[in-house]
Amino acid sequence: MNLTLKIWRQKNANDKGKLVDYKISDVSPDMSFLEMLDVLNEDLINKGEDPVAFDHDCREGICGMCSLYINGEAHGPDRGVTTCQLHMRMFKDGDTIFIEPFRATAFPVIKDLVVDRSSFDRIQHAGGFISVNTSGRPVDANNIPVNKHDADEAFEAATCIGCGACVASCKNSSAMLFVGAKVSQFALLPQGKVEATERVLNMVKQMDEEGFGNCTNTGACEVECPKGISLENIARMNREYLAASLKG
Amino acid sequence: MSGIFNSSIGRKFAMALSAFFLMIFLLQHFAINILSVFSEEAFNSASHFMGTFWVVQYIFQPVLIFGVIFHFIMGFVLEIRNRNARKISYVKNNGGANSTWMSRNMIWSGLTILAFLVLHFIDFWIPEISTKYFQGDMTGLLPDGNFRYYEELHHKFENPLRVAAYCLAFVFLSLHLLHGFNSAFQSVGANNKYTKGLKGFGKAYAILIPLGFVFIALYHHFNH
Ligand code: HEM
Ligand code: SF4
Ligand code: FES
Repeated sequence: MNLTLKIWRQKNANDKGKLVDYKISDVSPDMSFLEMLDVLNEDLINKGEDPVAFDHDCREGICGMCSLYINGEAHGPDRGVTTCQLHMRMFKDGDTIFIEPFRATAFPVIKDLVVDRSSFDRIQHAGGFISVNTSGRPVDANNIPVNKHDADEAFEAATCIGCGACVASCKNSSAMLFVGAKVSQFALLPQGKVEATERVLNMVKQMDEEGFGNCTNTGACEVECPKGISLENIARMNREYLAASLKG
Repeated sequence: MSGIFNSSIGRKFAMALSAFFLMIFLLQHFAINILSVFSEEAFNSASHFMGTFWVVQYIFQPVLIFGVIFHFIMGFVLEIRNRNARKISYVKNNGGANSTWMSRNMIWSGLTILAFLVLHFIDFWIPEISTKYFQGDMTGLLPDGNFRYYEELHHKFENPLRVAAYCLAFVFLSLHLLHGFNSAFQSVGANNKYTKGLKGFGKAYAILIPLGFVFIALYHHFNH
């Protein structure tokens, strides 16, 4: 197929940036979206132009690096996929595709389509972990019984790959689905309960300091999340946070 | 408790509390207004009671006014903060792909309700306060010895423009509540398998209560 791409080009963090049109031909419907961009970049390099910078790493939907706001949606029009898992068969011959970086004050653009998502790392550092004393005599985690329902919900929350699609899709650039998932993952398990109070307080404080918006429950995040993280995790974080505020 | 209302979740919680309060108030307001359709007498005595009982006048009324003001000021604060969280917007954004129109336009449905409230205050509240507290007439009676409440209400809905404005405002109230009702539960942390049943109830509330108000306005308009 032949496509017109409207790609956001921006030299660096301070550049104003603009959309630039590119024509690309002979795109196979079996290509992934990133492979299509690889073809475009090879073309640009051959012509002596600057290739389009975009993030990617695993290319199998597990690392969360690939981003991109494609035709007005994070990771494009398909559901439950990252951009590396998005196939060109989702598009038609002759289509015009808008490709923009994830937008949020807390995700500044570094170059072209690459944004700095280290605000997520700082939220994780604020409490997205459990403290375990390691010794030469590790205790098997399976020794602590966990209710099956809680284990399943914790596991589902833990599938969040920190891609930031929730922030990018949210009209308020709220990070609550991400933080809700990270809080829930531990809050549901006995190992996480020990530090639950500080965890939720510190992570929410960091989230607010990074400049993410307030959730207004539009639910866009849940729809666009490649891992199907549920809004129930936000409700759980709200409960945890309100309870923790009353305590501490 | 330190700084809870300075946090994003705390603000949402406060927003939801004020919204719960407003939704309960709306139900009470509706219960009294609908009386006007069935019985002039019942409506008059309920209105007279609400208008003269000191608990309602000096405690509930100020709390309500505070609640309304708090709700829309907090709404503006959230809106401004949320706009700042994305200073550069997308060239192409397909919001309809993942969220409802209602959820994305709470500020606009809210502003329409606010405009309506101004009209509503000028229509009913200011004359009421002026009669009772400035002219000192606490009797609630017309010169002919009947209660004035039903007459005033009935008379207001003669004007088709006012009826149209009220109906339009109630459509926006319905849109506001179609998202707001369930949103408020989510904000206070109530979203799990036990609250799924609430969703249907929320939709029913958001449609039936405004529809009821529209019915009352039309009823009085066409019964002249
Ligand atoms: C006075 C004019 C009003 C304005 C400017 C306004 C504005 C807003 C805004 C901006 C929100 C936040 C958006 C969100 O959370 O999704 C909101 C939420 C809400 N509003 Fe209003 N509103 C007004 C009146 C009302 C009234 C009269 C009611 C009910 C009778 C109401 C019920 C709600 C509910 C239930 C929510 C959801 C709260 C939550 O998500 O926690 N609002 N309003
Ligand atoms: S919650 Fe979903 S969309 Fe958000 S960072 Fe995690 S995986 Fe990505
Ligand atoms: S490149 Fe790793 S998830 Fe897409």
